[in-house]
Amino acid sequence: MRHLFDVGVTVNGNRYERTVEPRLLLSDFLRHDLGLTGTHVGCEHGVCGSCTILFDGQPVRSCLMFAVQANGHEILTVEGLGTPEDLHPLQEAFWEAHSVQCGFCTPGILMTLVPFLEENPNPNEDEIRAAISGNLCRCTGYQHIVDGVKLAAQKMSA
Amino acid sequence: MTKKYIGKRIKRSEDPRLLTGEALFVDDVEIPGMLHAAFLRSDYAHAYLKSIDVSAAQAREGVVAVFTAETMGDDWQPGPPLVSPPPTVEDVIFHSRTQVPLVKDKVRHVGEPIAIVIAESRYIAEDAVDDIVVDLEPLDVVVDIEKAMQPDAPLVHDDLDSNLAAHIEQEKGDYAAIREEADLIIKRRIVIDRGAAVAMENRGIVAQWDAKSQRLTVWDTTQAPIAIRNGLAARLDLSEHQVRVIAPFIGGAFGPKMMMFYPEEMLIPWVSIKLDRPIKWIEDRYENFYATTQERGQVHEAEMALTLDGRILGVSDVFLHDSGAYDPYGLTLPLNTQCHMMGPYDIANYYSESKVVFTNKTIVTPVRGAGRPQGIFIVERLLDLAAKELGIDPVEIRKRNLIPPDAFPYEHKIIDQAFAPLIFDSGNYKPVLEKAADMIGYDRFVKDEQPRLRAEGRHVGIGIVPFIETTGVGPYEGARVTVEASGKINVATGVGTQGQGHFTSFAQIVADQLGVDVRDVHLVTGDTAEFHWGTGTFASRGSVVAANAINASAKLVREKILALASKVLEAPEDELELADGVIRVADVPRISISLGELAMLANPLRGAVEPGTEPGLEATAYFGPQYGAIAFGTHAMIVEVDPQTMMIEIKRYVAVEDCGTVINPLIVDGQIHGGVSLGIGNSYYEKLVFDENGQLLNASLMDYLIPTAAEVPRIEIGHEETRSPLNPLGSKGVGEAGAIPVPALFAQAMENALPEYDLEILEAPLSPNRLFELLREKEREL
Ligand code: FES
Ligand code: FES
Repeated sequence: MRHLFDVGVTVNGNRYERTVEPRLLLSDFLRHDLGLTGTHVGCEHGVCGSCTILFDGQPVRSCLMFAVQANGHEILTVEGLGTPEDLHPLQEAFWEAHSVQCGFCTPGILMTLVPFLEENPNPNEDEIRAAISGNLCRCTGYQHIVDGVKLAAQKMSA
Repeated sequence: MTKKYIGKRIKRSEDPRLLTGEALFVDDVEIPGMLHAAFLRSDYAHAYLKSIDVSAAQAREGVVAVFTAETMGDDWQPGPPLVSPPPTVEDVIFHSRTQVPLVKDKVRHVGEPIAIVIAESRYIAEDAVDDIVVDLEPLDVVVDIEKAMQPDAPLVHDDLDSNLAAHIEQEKGDYAAIREEADLIIKRRIVIDRGAAVAMENRGIVAQWDAKSQRLTVWDTTQAPIAIRNGLAARLDLSEHQVRVIAPFIGGAFGPKMMMFYPEEMLIPWVSIKLDRPIKWIEDRYENFYATTQERGQVHEAEMALTLDGRILGVSDVFLHDSGAYDPYGLTLPLNTQCHMMGPYDIANYYSESKVVFTNKTIVTPVRGAGRPQGIFIVERLLDLAAKELGIDPVEIRKRNLIPPDAFPYEHKIIDQAFAPLIFDSGNYKPVLEKAADMIGYDRFVKDEQPRLRAEGRHVGIGIVPFIETTGVGPYEGARVTVEASGKINVATGVGTQGQGHFTSFAQIVADQLGVDVRDVHLVTGDTAEFHWGTGTFASRGSVVAANAINASAKLVREKILALASKVLEAPEDELELADGVIRVADVPRISISLGELAMLANPLRGAVEPGTEPGLEATAYFGPQYGAIAFGTHAMIVEVDPQTMMIEIKRYVAVEDCGTVINPLIVDGQIHGGVSLGIGNSYYEKLVFDENGQLLNASLMDYLIPTAAEVPRIEIGHEETRSPLNPLGSKGVGEAGAIPVPALFAQAMENALPEYDLEILEAPLSPNRLFELLREKEREL
């Protein structure tokens, strides 16, 4: 007999109520129960950072949490950041600086950087590298990502 | 053709969707009624499968089916070989042993699939995997490739006399004779170990059989959707038109997603037909470390013969190449190694012998670099040791040996991975080497800076390594270019894309040919329903083979446009001009017609057309190069080593590349950054560690370290451009270049940083631990 729990969360400003198994990962809940597939899963052991989301404004790895733990909390995923027609300034900057190759790591990196840039609107190269050092990217060698963050900082302070 | 877009740093059109989470990856495919698969995989590297009991798994609530080799019946068959052995080389031995869908009698590596469970959810499927009772009788394990070749070694394939999978010798000139005349022979044993590709997206497959229309649709993280479609059709006894394979956005590939067929790739579609339900399987990271292919393991006995003034007379090398448990990829990798072991140098005498060896480890197929980094590592290491011995500066000894610009095309008289003669089509190597030396400030560093830093007690070294890359091999690619009634252009090609920016660079070519805005060119890749001729994205060939096919089709469309416009506008073709989506008479610009209007005229709904006319402004063309184009480059780096902690800091990194015509420099730079980053991992952080039982000891991203933003330095890039004469665009590939020279560069720079230890680095990858051991060994000797 499976035990089920009710979960109520606000994701990207929308309210969702679902009944889930207690072992359901938050990443699977977002991707498969809510259909928000922009949050990617690269390792499911908390290392790659692809699954990073904002949980009450803080970046967390959604593969290391259970959906039931999100009950009553607020989540922001990449889908809530901007749309192709109306990109967030950080997304704009990533586009211009060619910070994306395959794009698999990108949502997690964006979600890591949003609060980082709020706290540190004018970061230097070392600070940027430290900020994203918990997000793995196999394609870009990080340089264009760093350039994208610098450009975003300029755009956002202008 | 105007060159409005080719050569420009154009932003990628695919990015807005990737940046907002809207791009479709395989795991994003959801289909009502879809079931989920999980595999029981072997915990042993080598064992007989005695018995298997799936009854408890089958009885679990939510489980729909469990299959084993036995229950597959006649549908159980080993996978087809991906690459056949070379027909053109004499005396080559090749034993083809391909992977099986599910283990039938014997397990040959950890992670080999034994049973597949299909259930309502992935969670239930994984629970049920634990319910399966399997009896494996462990056997002695073959891990080390040298031990694998000893006469008493256990056999990976019982029906063979030994673990030899293949043997190939190649010779140019007469090394044995020239050896007698040499002033100096450098002879060393050099070992290169295994690494993983680690694309951030693991593999995945979704298959949907539609019984009503008798059609199969497969979403697959593959680099070769067309080949997968053709293979699936053949295996499943369907017509090719009943099978559609879609490679949507792929989260990085780097070679292993080229492997055809993975057991899962055949099984998931088979199960979908069997159960008449959509099935999804997504690999997890742990499986990725065991079940996705890997590369690089080789042991070399290498030697180089030189004159006193540092001229290379010849190179000879005998090496063992680890193939893992099966050899579906033929001889591609050892041939690539053989073709790179002379580097960019003018070497008249060469002997190479390669033995490919079966081991109880994960299957080996190309990983970005694909046999090339090993070849470059060998020749560069030997040359560094020779330079030291002869007291010649490392840059100088390289200059003395480079192939001179007037020697192209330069024939090597051996065969390459495509079994074609290895010919270097074009190049001008010295300016590239000099540019790299210049950019890093080689002379100044060696004369002033390094002595000053050494006096301060710091260990800072410099390295500089030139290299070649065989790119853009055949057989061919194709494309279809269509002008739509809206005036927008649709382009379809068979290659898939895994982050290389093909949507944009290919659109740039078409926009220039047809005089339209690059944003009006829409590209479809990797969907066999859109275009179904082609081979795949591998061997740095997209920007050569596919790009030239697209260029050729766009050119044909341009001809059609001009021919029709000439009639409509009543002006000779050579007086027409194509720009901004409009065809006009150059001297009388008000006489004009838009592309869209012309496209409608080309596809009339009423009236008669002239006999022989094809409707529409559309053309399909193919491109197959005569042989591969050879890219060239030189990387240089300055590194500081802390001999207490073995931590390193890369202070400067310079990459100068000549990849012929550059279509989009932004994208090319990104490819180089990514390649170097992987190369840094391959050189100092990444190594798959197998124990004597064939168990991988670091099968997680916690233990297998790929470089983060903290380890990869800023890379300064320089470009030179020697157009390839082998294709109209003049392009050469660049996808793998970044990764190729890095291990050799690390070895040179580390030795240079630690002169008092008199190190000889004869292995790759290094690691902080391994460097520590090497330094301690030296301290004991001193
Ligand atoms: S998937 Fe969550 S950190 Fe990798
Ligand atoms: S862009 Fe591919 S992993 Fe980062």
